[in-house]
Amino acid sequence: MSAAAPSAQPKLRVKNATKAYNTRSGELVAIDRCSLDVKAGEIVSIVGPSGCGKTTLLWSMSGLHKLSSGEVLLDGKPVNGPNPEIGMVFQDANLLPWRNLDANINFPFEIKGTKPDRAWIDDLLGRVGLSGFGGRFPRELSGGMQQRAALVRALSFKPSVLLMDEPFGALDAFTREEMNQLVEEIWMAAPTTIVLITHSIEEAIFLSDRIVVMSPRPGRVAAVHDVPFARPRSLEIMSTREVFDLTNVIKREIVGEQKSRYVRSSDAPVAQSAV
Amino acid sequence: MSETDAIPEFKRKDAAGSDVGISGGMSALAAGPGIRSLSEVLAIIAVAVVIIGGTELLLNIFAVPHFVLPKPSQIAVALVTDFPLIAPHLGHTLVELFAGFGIGAVVGLILAAVITQFPFAEKIITPYILLLVTTPMLALVPLLILRFGFGYEPRIIAVALASGPMVMINAATGFRRVDSGKIALARSYGASTLQIFWKVRAPMALPMIFVGLMVGSIFGLLTAVGAEMVGGGFGLGNRLTSYSSMIQMPQFFAVVLILSILGILIYVLFFLLGKKFASWEA
Repeated sequence: MSAAAPSAQPKLRVKNATKAYNTRSGELVAIDRCSLDVKAGEIVSIVGPSGCGKTTLLWSMSGLHKLSSGEVLLDGKPVNGPNPEIGMVFQDANLLPWRNLDANINFPFEIKGTKPDRAWIDDLLGRVGLSGFGGRFPRELSGGMQQRAALVRALSFKPSVLLMDEPFGALDAFTREEMNQLVEEIWMAAPTTIVLITHSIEEAIFLSDRIVVMSPRPGRVAAVHDVPFARPRSLEIMSTREVFDLTNVIKREIVGEQKSRYVRSSDAPVAQSAV
Repeated sequence: MSETDAIPEFKRKDAAGSDVGISGGMSALAAGPGIRSLSEVLAIIAVAVVIIGGTELLLNIFAVPHFVLPKPSQIAVALVTDFPLIAPHLGHTLVELFAGFGIGAVVGLILAAVITQFPFAEKIITPYILLLVTTPMLALVPLLILRFGFGYEPRIIAVALASGPMVMINAATGFRRVDSGKIALARSYGASTLQIFWKVRAPMALPMIFVGLMVGSIFGLLTAVGAEMVGGGFGLGNRLTSYSSMIQMPQFFAVVLILSILGILIYVLFFLLGKKFASWEA
């Protein structure tokens, strides 16, 4: 699916992104000169050891974080703050518990002061199986339903880029697989550009056109893998030899990187406190 | 969480017949274990009957004079016959309570909303607010009377001083409950600071605000009655001192009863409001 012409301008371009936080124990570099191009309509996953700055990178793409240096370009224009073209899905569903489902989905429109496209939202709700749940409050919905609602909310204002920050990490394996298929289904019906952070290599392989592996902190792009399987993908491909091999390669990259970190931190005991 | 995890939630709700009480921040409002069944309600009434009937009986048997301790029946009679005399005083107390609590609550809420936006200012101001919370404002009433006379003013001021800090300190706790994820969500849609306040911070603080309003209003009632006992010729507190000095104990206890009912009504009012607007916090 990643068949965009090489000359085409990337939908989202991260150029030498560096983000450092000032902490009590000094400056902490979360990501270090990360560069990444995402083509329009592509699904890219970011995997890496925990604490490698994946979330920082994603939040910088969304404009929620300001970079220390480097830049994020959306359609060639720099992203300096929240952008109406970008939708976010957060780690937990992040629904507002005092609002029912309808009011939660209305929330972006209230903030933006625009009118929701009811037909589009009803269509989305139908796709994710939440028609008729508009009056329910988040606590009356299961984790999977909440995350599906969050997905509808993120897509409700038709962003051209969807950034997902470990969206299904809190769900059980079965619900997670369902969600993955749902995302592919929605994406195939209306292709948006998706950047997804995940801890699950399987999820990354199932969903992505490309997988970006990040190094431990300070996060850098360590490797990029193409995922060549045709869409729609079935869950059966997950048990094929190719997927098995790719999973192992990525695993080794992540674990290998971590090992080298331990060697480094034993060389310099001071670094241990930074973990 | 899987699909099935939601089921206990539904069950809990259905079994209780209504919302499962307000836990979390609202738990301070819910006295005891929450929803009661019919038989439990009957048991509560039975206990009241036993206590009231027993008191009546014992006072009769030992022929306790009414100026020592009036019988429940005498109190009831006094409540009915003397109510027209007491009612205006109830009105005065309510005026003081509403005005004082109104001022105190508004100022307290505004202060809480503002200072929680400025952590530095909050650190400086909080000890003084704590001082206001812990100092019995009744102590100031003689001084206030000296300055403002025997009218409404000293009482309203005392009520405001007693309830305001209470509202403030609870509301501030609510406003401080920052859920960075929800704020990030609002920001990702381009929300302004003001929008974040009204659409995220304020609703999130609401349960604690109700706790503050409830505690503050009870404190206000306490202070109003106390201030009335110190000086001035009207109000329920004044009736208490007046009736006791005239050894009209049935009337005295009738006023106490009215105060109890007032307190319960305030509690129920804020409990219901909290349930309506803050029951999402489960």
